[in-house]
Amino acid sequence: MKVFRNLLDGIKPNFEKGGKLEKLYPAYDAFETFLFVPDHTTNEGTHIKDAIDLKRTMFMVIVALIPCVLFGMWNVGYQYSIASGESMTFIQQFNFGFWKFLPLIIVSYAVGLAVEFAFAVLRGHQVNEGYLVTGMLIPLTMPIDVPLWMLAISVIFAVVIGKEVFGGTGMNILNPALTARAFLFFAYPSWMSGDKVWVQNASVDGYSGATILGDLASSMNWQSLSGQWSISDMFFGTIPGSVGETSMVAIILGALILLFTGVGSWRIILSTFLGGYFMAYLFNLWGYNELMSTPAHIHLMIGSFAFGAVFMATDPVTASQTNKGKYIYGFLIGVFAILIRTFNPAYPEGMMLAILLMNIFAPLIDHYIVQANVNKRLKRATV
Amino acid sequence: MSQKKEALFSKKNKKLITDPLDDNNPITVQVLGICSALAITVQLKPAVVMSFSVLFVLSVANVVVSLLRKFIPSRIRIIVFLVVIATLVILVDEVLKAYVFDVSKELSVFVGLIITNCIIMGRLEAFALGNTPWKSFLDGIGNSFGYAWILIAVAFFRELLGSGTLYGYPVLEKLGIYNFGYENNGMMILPPMALVTVGLIIWVQRIRNKKLIEPK
Repeated sequence: MKVFRNLLDGIKPNFEKGGKLEKLYPAYDAFETFLFVPDHTTNEGTHIKDAIDLKRTMFMVIVALIPCVLFGMWNVGYQYSIASGESMTFIQQFNFGFWKFLPLIIVSYAVGLAVEFAFAVLRGHQVNEGYLVTGMLIPLTMPIDVPLWMLAISVIFAVVIGKEVFGGTGMNILNPALTARAFLFFAYPSWMSGDKVWVQNASVDGYSGATILGDLASSMNWQSLSGQWSISDMFFGTIPGSVGETSMVAIILGALILLFTGVGSWRIILSTFLGGYFMAYLFNLWGYNELMSTPAHIHLMIGSFAFGAVFMATDPVTASQTNKGKYIYGFLIGVFAILIRTFNPAYPEGMMLAILLMNIFAPLIDHYIVQANVNKRLKRATV
Repeated sequence: MSQKKEALFSKKNKKLITDPLDDNNPITVQVLGICSALAITVQLKPAVVMSFSVLFVLSVANVVVSLLRKFIPSRIRIIVFLVVIATLVILVDEVLKAYVFDVSKELSVFVGLIITNCIIMGRLEAFALGNTPWKSFLDGIGNSFGYAWILIAVAFFRELLGSGTLYGYPVLEKLGIYNFGYENNGMMILPPMALVTVGLIIWVQRIRNKKLIEPK
């Protein structure tokens, strides 16, 4: 630690007002505050003394994502070994997935941070730390085979159009990670859906790499699928899918970390699951097609429902801010996710679209919650 | 009427043409005519045809309304505008059907919808009704060019990135870019990307032209 401190203090004069690299101060500042708790304080008004700032909040989310990352890496290798028929040890499977997944993370961070730094330097503000989490979420929501240049383009689109045009971290309307995924989904659909993209090397004869949702959407019967995948497969996550979304265990671990540190909102997570269960249960009663007659609790375990509910819906910037609003926001995400899934098999990823839709409505929900409170208190006023 | 005669291309008249290209662009500054900018910019060809149609309709309608401006009772002026525009649009539609049938089919309902293009109605109401025919003509030309270059710029990017062609010519295929694993961006064909592209153009325009930035 001492080494870093000395190094940073040594080069600091270059970046301060009048120094040679004055223009690059935002970049320097980003590194310094990343490594050390900043020592500047607010000059006026009340302020809370707390070591936790945005950077450290974001860091907790990264910690919460680690189970998903590790499990996702292993699952990539595991699915590959099933598809190709190669027998691999646990370590080999993990290694295989690790080297497949690492380039995605590197590209996501390199491109995203480059855009962030460019904007920070051009606009002369601090580097927004929001990308720390986004950069990890994006590769986790991708199929493992996605070409790196497509990933890079979608990251640029998400950071520029999804965030910077609105004014940077904290001002964005849409969740940037989902913006990236939605962009890829509509721009290059052949890489984002179907049954060949979810498992490395899935073109091996006679092997279907389709996700469970994909199979259900092509009106495969639920009973016949439950022969192929047991409920424990779904719970532990040894099924094909986007890298981070398959394992309920890893997601629950992440959720516990988020809830324990108070970074994620339990109201949103809870109400999202309730909304999804409610809608899926209604459809069970109707039972019009295979997706509708799939048991409600299964709906919550397949696809990206759980991952989205825990890591995407709880994004503090794009979610509702009021407590009541959070219940409504989460509940509607769950409802819409299942609704889109069942009614439009072309979009099995209802969760992505549902969260993006509710991102847009979140400020409206907040507005009415706040307004209702104002009206209630006005009625009480006796002036 | 002892007014001094103005030169045909006086400074003021030139401004009528150049203003709508940048400072007062109908799409990026006044935000009019957005529907057609979204709907027919998937490819260059319809965008070009649309631009010419609007050029014809707007400049002629401007002149006609300007000639009639002293006889139009102000209470029914919108109806009169509509009659003038509708007549011209039907003319354009017939010509397109006769000479470029395939494009006409592609544009389908959007030729007819020129009638409701707010740029035309807006110029008639705001300019032609109070100015001489020659000035109105210049204003019509200027505004249609302002409309056209945005349309064509948007269509250029959408066709190049979305279908890999330019005016139907497979540019990217000839360049051999697909061999490197490049793929067309399906999102560019969808209307949202037209909106984003227009937004990006507005962004670039406002960086270059500081006059457009509202004082805080």
